[in-house]
Amino acid sequence: MSKPHLELTNVQMAFDTPTGPFVALENVDLKIRKGEFVSLIGHSGCGKSTVLNIVAGLLQATRGGCVLDGHEVDTPGPERAVVFQNHSLMPWLTVYENVELAVQQVFRKTMSKAERRDWILHNLNLVNMGHALDKRPGEISGGMAQRVGIARALAMKPSVLLMDEPFGALDALTRAHLQDSLMEIQQDLNSTVIMITHDVDEAVLLSDRIVMMTNGPAATVGEELYIELPRPRNRVTLADHPEYVRYRQAVLSFLYEKQSFPGKQGAPADEPEAESIDESPDQPSSTFAVHAAPSGRTRAQTELEENA
Amino acid sequence: MTTLSQTDQTPAATHWLRALTEKLPRPNLADSGRQLLLPIIGILLFLGFWHLAAPQVQTSLGAFPGPGAVLEQSGQLWQEHSDQRERAAQFITMQEQRNERILAENPDAEVRIRSYPGAPTFLDQVVTSLGTVLAGFVLATLIAVPLGIVIGLNRHFSAAVNPLIQIFKPVSPLAWLPLVTMVVSATYVSDDPMFEKSFVTSMITVTLCSLWPTLINTSVGVAAVNPDLLNVSKVLRLSFWTHVRKVVLPSSVPMIFTGLRVSLGIAWMVLIAAEMLAQSPGLGKFVWDEFQNGSSQSLSRIMVAVLAIGFIGFLLDRIMLLIQKKVAWNE
Repeated sequence: MSKPHLELTNVQMAFDTPTGPFVALENVDLKIRKGEFVSLIGHSGCGKSTVLNIVAGLLQATRGGCVLDGHEVDTPGPERAVVFQNHSLMPWLTVYENVELAVQQVFRKTMSKAERRDWILHNLNLVNMGHALDKRPGEISGGMAQRVGIARALAMKPSVLLMDEPFGALDALTRAHLQDSLMEIQQDLNSTVIMITHDVDEAVLLSDRIVMMTNGPAATVGEELYIELPRPRNRVTLADHPEYVRYRQAVLSFLYEKQSFPGKQGAPADEPEAESIDESPDQPSSTFAVHAAPSGRTRAQTELEENA
Repeated sequence: MTTLSQTDQTPAATHWLRALTEKLPRPNLADSGRQLLLPIIGILLFLGFWHLAAPQVQTSLGAFPGPGAVLEQSGQLWQEHSDQRERAAQFITMQEQRNERILAENPDAEVRIRSYPGAPTFLDQVVTSLGTVLAGFVLATLIAVPLGIVIGLNRHFSAAVNPLIQIFKPVSPLAWLPLVTMVVSATYVSDDPMFEKSFVTSMITVTLCSLWPTLINTSVGVAAVNPDLLNVSKVLRLSFWTHVRKVVLPSSVPMIFTGLRVSLGIAWMVLIAAEMLAQSPGLGKFVWDEFQNGSSQSLSRIMVAVLAIGFIGFLLDRIMLLIQKKVAWNE
């Protein structure tokens, strides 16, 4: 792909704190092509959500920026729809009204009332929620509510769908079911998706590429792993597919060997972080489709060393 | 709890199960019985204590009235009210008959009907008080809810206004009343006033004292809207008004209603004090007049008013609760 659909360039994010600025992200570079499914994975507090919020426009990068289809992203907008971790439906609106609020706002001028109604129903049927139109979020299960959240996001016809741990709060069965639905929908609509996850299996199963982030502070893109498994993917047959197991291994090795769990969070530069950066460039895992982001990493590393 | 092995003791198990299911409705019945029984016992104990203690308290107007005297006086007040109504009806029919006679003689004659000039009865005063408290409460709500939304939405404005709220919130109605009276007399000047001056004074005092809980609760409710929902609103690029109407207001309705209920309670308390002091018609004036009257029945009549005030306050709160259940999404 010559021209990226979505591009994050040299992004730095610093938050003001009483003890001085806290650098959450440093030199994050990411290019995503149209229709790509990208997962962001990393330990808690590594700034995954910050990346997502910058793409969503809910946060402004302190340096660098995000460009979508040639336009700089500086405010939130429906073309970058977000599915939040805990569904974020308005509890006082019914399932139908929740999607209606979005559709009304985005297609008020371009669709007739009847068209809007059909479009709302179409999206709710897509996630199999056409049976609960008049239920309130409090009356349906967490999995159902999350479906409605996805339907609401899809109904905005976004060019990028941003998902912040969309299935994190769900039980394993519901999660598997929703992952399958999401794969189908993404296949049909060929939408670009950025998804944050903690779940290695979920990342390997769903993604075209897994972006692994180093531990914060000053987190950045550690490694990128292209998942070249054929689609449509089936979780049962993939379970002991050798490639699948190797991809999974690679992510696990990154998370638990190179980026062991951050013990002292918030400390300016803790030692395990520096160590892991030292050893990461020549890891055996790079044998299969692992692309490190060298420039960003070395810069981050020098800064870390300066701080230390 | 007995332990049952399921294989060989099935009859015992089913028997035990049936016994359990049969027992299920019974605790409910007992609960509702207890729910009724205990308050009744409480009230009876209170009445007994009141009955025994009241004669021990001697005042210059005789002994403190017991429950019996109060009951008698409430009957008396109702009687006075019915008598008054009857006289008023007679007064009107008399005028109507007279007007008919005049019109029969001269169809072009101008006829008028004068309203009955009798003093307001206890029930009239209750109605007046209810009208005043509702007017003051509605005015307070109209000020407090929009202002609370603005305060809740804007952190800077909130910081600027907060000290003023904290200072004015605890002010007693008695302190406001003289100022309000003077200002109303000076500014509310009209040859044909729509409302009595005393009504306006009481209403404004009620408003000033009762708007704080609604104001504070609204602003807290608005400031506490789930940040995820605010993000949804941002992603959707909702306009300011749509944002307030579709996200902020519904989300803070439960908090607003809690504030409204406290406000209404305060409004009712404040009103009685304002009416006593301002000599504006209503229950407060009834109490004050009876106090000044100083007859042997006065204390009983005041006690009737006290109970009526309490009962009406309770009813107002219940009505607000019903409205809240209709309106709020979380009920």
